[in-house]
Amino acid sequence: MNPALTIPAFGPVLPEIILAAGALIMVLFGAIRGERPGYAMNIIALALLAVTFVAVLMLPSERIETMGGSFVIDGFAKFMKALTLIASAGGVILSLDYMRREGISRFEYPILIVLSTIGMMMVISANDLIALYIGLELLSLSSYVIAAFDRDNVRSTEAGLKYFVLGSLSSGMLLYGSSLVYGFSGSISFPVIATILQGDVGIGAIVGLVFVAAGIAFKISAVPFHMWTPDVYEGSPTPVTAFFAAAPKMAGMAMATRVFIDAFPGILIQWQQIIVFISIASMALGSFAAIGQRNIKRLMAYSSIGNVGYALIGLATGTAAGVQGVIVYMAIYLAMTLGTFAVILGLRRGNVMYETVDDLSGMARTHPVLAFCLAMMMFSLAGIPPLAGFFAKFAVFNAAIEADLVALAIIGVVTSVIGAYYYLRIVKVMYFDDPAERYDAMPAGVKFVLALCSIFVVLFGIVPAPLVAAARTAAISLF
Amino acid sequence: MVIGLGHYLTVAAVLFTLGVFGIFINRKNVIVILMSIELILLAVNINMVAFSTHLNDIVGQVFAMLILTVAAAEAAIGLAILVVFFRNRGSIAVEDVNMMRG
Repeated sequence: MNPALTIPAFGPVLPEIILAAGALIMVLFGAIRGERPGYAMNIIALALLAVTFVAVLMLPSERIETMGGSFVIDGFAKFMKALTLIASAGGVILSLDYMRREGISRFEYPILIVLSTIGMMMVISANDLIALYIGLELLSLSSYVIAAFDRDNVRSTEAGLKYFVLGSLSSGMLLYGSSLVYGFSGSISFPVIATILQGDVGIGAIVGLVFVAAGIAFKISAVPFHMWTPDVYEGSPTPVTAFFAAAPKMAGMAMATRVFIDAFPGILIQWQQIIVFISIASMALGSFAAIGQRNIKRLMAYSSIGNVGYALIGLATGTAAGVQGVIVYMAIYLAMTLGTFAVILGLRRGNVMYETVDDLSGMARTHPVLAFCLAMMMFSLAGIPPLAGFFAKFAVFNAAIEADLVALAIIGVVTSVIGAYYYLRIVKVMYFDDPAERYDAMPAGVKFVLALCSIFVVLFGIVPAPLVAAARTAAISLF
Repeated sequence: MVIGLGHYLTVAAVLFTLGVFGIFINRKNVIVILMSIELILLAVNINMVAFSTHLNDIVGQVFAMLILTVAAAEAAIGLAILVVFFRNRGSIAVEDVNMMRG
């Protein structure tokens, strides 16, 4: 019997199937129910993400290829999918009150979040170039719409338009690279590409590799392909920005790791210099460009560019310890970024959202708990022990030193000291400037996210072992 | 003269470059940017089909079909976003996409 005709194993794809079927049911339900106030769709989406989370945790940890070799699960995919699902759920929870108050609480938002989550899970598990491209487009197309979700707001639609143009360009570059890699290796399957592209490969495959790297760098907003990030982060509705800063970053880093470690291990020397360069450039730009920013969302955009640079240090090593660093870094970054955006969502009086650094002035006196939480997030982002951010940076710098990339680690430390300036400025504004009026009470969902993230960031240092051990298992499964 | 793989790759590379320059040099109209994006994707398709024939491997053509499909979806979403942008801004000139700077 022709092996191509056998029915593939659906078990490993179960989480994606649950999400896809759930998204279709949500579309039907939303269309029948129409525009009615209430959180029913959001609750369905959260339930769906929770069920999928359980399904992901129940997947086996050993490497399984299915769907004709185009889909793979292993410990790494499991871990990153779990992080992505947490990030997406955060994006839904943070949006609940905001969308209602801004009058844009339409049923499409949770559906689009679920659809883009399917895309993220597909890129994490992609084992050939077609699966990678389709997953990436599912993720991107939903994201463009979410960015323009406040469709009567000129800034939001402009953010959507910019994201669309630059995102399509990046998909085009990724595709062009894929076509060259396919042409010069003769296969689209990552394991086959890995066996063919070894040692001294031709210029065609190298050009393909560079284009693929450029397309991936765009998605994770690494310098020099970061120019969309500040505008899109500033223009999108704040919960959407929180979602963009969290979930696609998890999937993007997982995709980068999967592609470079799984498909191009034989030409490590070629891509290592690319990753080292974009890592240094991202860290430097993230530190310097954020200094002059007044808008917190824009500042967080530069901060996320810098953080991607630190995570890429781990990838640049190309070792299991480096990948472990990437995973630990992304998990901790997720908590820090969701927590920070939860505080930003709390800056509201009546119908006005405040989003400049000066609006934080004197918050320590008007909102002591909120100010403390944000201060912890900022200290953690600056990498000050004993908070979680310190361990994240420690993991990647340590991996870089073990892999003899000492210069990269030193540059990382220096830029992280420079970056500390603007994080600490926020703490200074909150604790030493004159207080402004009180803000409205935080919505319950935002409080919940902030509480979880703060607890994680503050207490991670006491028991780091479970996360680090899980990240190690996940990283080793790739090699 | 026999037209070989190299010729196809050259055409595709030229089209790809034109597409990328079309996005960055164009100062007039966002529709032109959408056209440039299509040009990039079609350049990739030429590459895919050329490699597919050269390698005698059908996968490249399957990939090209999928790219065509996704390109259609992408154009639909791009035009939809452009319409909502036009409603708010009253213009689709590239220099008017400038609310956020800094």
